[in-house]
Amino acid sequence: MIFQIILLIMLAYVVGFIYMGLYRNITARIQGRYGPTVYQTFYDSIKLFSKKNSVSYGWMFYLGPVIMATGAVLTLILVPVFSDSDFLRSVTTQGNLFLLLYLMVLGPLGNALAVGTGGNPFGVMGVVRGLTRLIGLELPFYIAVVGLIIASNSSDIVHIIDLQKTTGLNILVHPFLFIAAMISMVGFFGASPFDIPGAPQEVYSGPRTEFSGKFLALLMSQGSIFAFAKLVLIIDLFLGGADSLWMLVIKTFAIFITIIFIGIVYGRYKVEQAVDFLMKIPTLIGVIGLVRIIWFG
Amino acid sequence: MMESGFHGCDLDDSLKCKLEESGTQNTHSVMEKAAAWFRSRSIFVVAYGTGCGAIEMPPTFTSRYDAERMGVVGVATPRQADLIILSGYLAYKTLRRVIRTYEQMQKPKYIITLGSCPINGGMYWDSYNTIKKLDDYLPVDVSVVGCMPRPEAVIDGFSLLQKRIKNGEKAGWEKYDENLDFYKKNQKRVLGNHVDPSYETDWYNLENGSEV
Repeated sequence: MIFQIILLIMLAYVVGFIYMGLYRNITARIQGRYGPTVYQTFYDSIKLFSKKNSVSYGWMFYLGPVIMATGAVLTLILVPVFSDSDFLRSVTTQGNLFLLLYLMVLGPLGNALAVGTGGNPFGVMGVVRGLTRLIGLELPFYIAVVGLIIASNSSDIVHIIDLQKTTGLNILVHPFLFIAAMISMVGFFGASPFDIPGAPQEVYSGPRTEFSGKFLALLMSQGSIFAFAKLVLIIDLFLGGADSLWMLVIKTFAIFITIIFIGIVYGRYKVEQAVDFLMKIPTLIGVIGLVRIIWFG
Repeated sequence: MMESGFHGCDLDDSLKCKLEESGTQNTHSVMEKAAAWFRSRSIFVVAYGTGCGAIEMPPTFTSRYDAERMGVVGVATPRQADLIILSGYLAYKTLRRVIRTYEQMQKPKYIITLGSCPINGGMYWDSYNTIKKLDDYLPVDVSVVGCMPRPEAVIDGFSLLQKRIKNGEKAGWEKYDENLDFYKKNQKRVLGNHVDPSYETDWYNLENGSEV
């Protein structure tokens, strides 16, 4: 089991970093640039791991990235990656969607603790923006998840995947829930219009302002692992999971490129605009989907 | 005869010493060579826009010349940066902030200067409040000459720096560590006793260092 978990983390690291590289490359191509190679994020990560670190703000500051990485890895190992085989599924029987939703906010909390210790005003501003945005992001996503739990009468992800083989994919059966979850997923990925916490022209790097070297590399690594986990969660819930590595790559990439295109087209919201939007439009769409499930089956 | 530098060379073998200095290989093991290669492929830049050269940096980093294809990306804070670009003359006040920014950066770190002002003062050679030769105060890795250098020249400077990092040549931050007395004495000469970050050591508080 330990071997499988290590293999899964390595897979998520590689796939997540290639996706982050693709994000930069595709963004560059759309902006009319040549752009970096797909492996550029690997280079960045390895370089940052090889840097010297001579800044200290106490142990809590350094524990923050570790807490974030813990949240990302725990989320990853509780999401079933392949739908048919038992491979990489030994841990997923232990948890359900409720535990998963709880673990997904562990990262932001660890981040807030660490940045508060650092005391950089831009970091604190970034954390406040991020936590405010989280209020708006969680609502439509939780409504979508609750709708799926009611519809499939189970909070077990494996059961939700299996049910989609008989009833059809959830993206077709419950399209409103998918739209609500997808809009909130754009925010969870930190793409525009919800890229408020690390807004480059406003709060510099936001929560990452004081992090350097190995800790920045750890933050980048957990970011890409977490991105992979979230993509797999979305395809498990709405696209019927993946039965092979190729299907996994194709389905996650389809979701990912949708998020990239949304992120490139739109500009950035203000904090209150983002929360306002998320509490109105996607929440309303999610509630419509929920009502549809409860009253019309 | 070449003047003896501050690197502890005798006058007799100064030429040999200069040669060694320029081509010193610091990378020995395979791991260090690999790290140097990755380091050369990924350079995070904090662009410190002093003087006129700041206007050359936006086209270098955006769609027209696109430095990101070489792995050179702008970052917002000195904590994350590997390279600081100083793009013109440095007044004493600016130098104070630049020193503070440079010392916040994590090693390995590099400096690129643009234009002739940080080399010999340029058109500010007789100014009462600008420094003439930046290399006396902070270790410059690559100087891109021109008034002002075009973005092509700036990108050429990046590729020269990448080549030197890849070959494992001795970088400016190592010289800064080895000759900290020399640099701090010069900084103190123009800035007085208020250079950030404050040092509490004996050599820094010597009387003969303070001329201002």
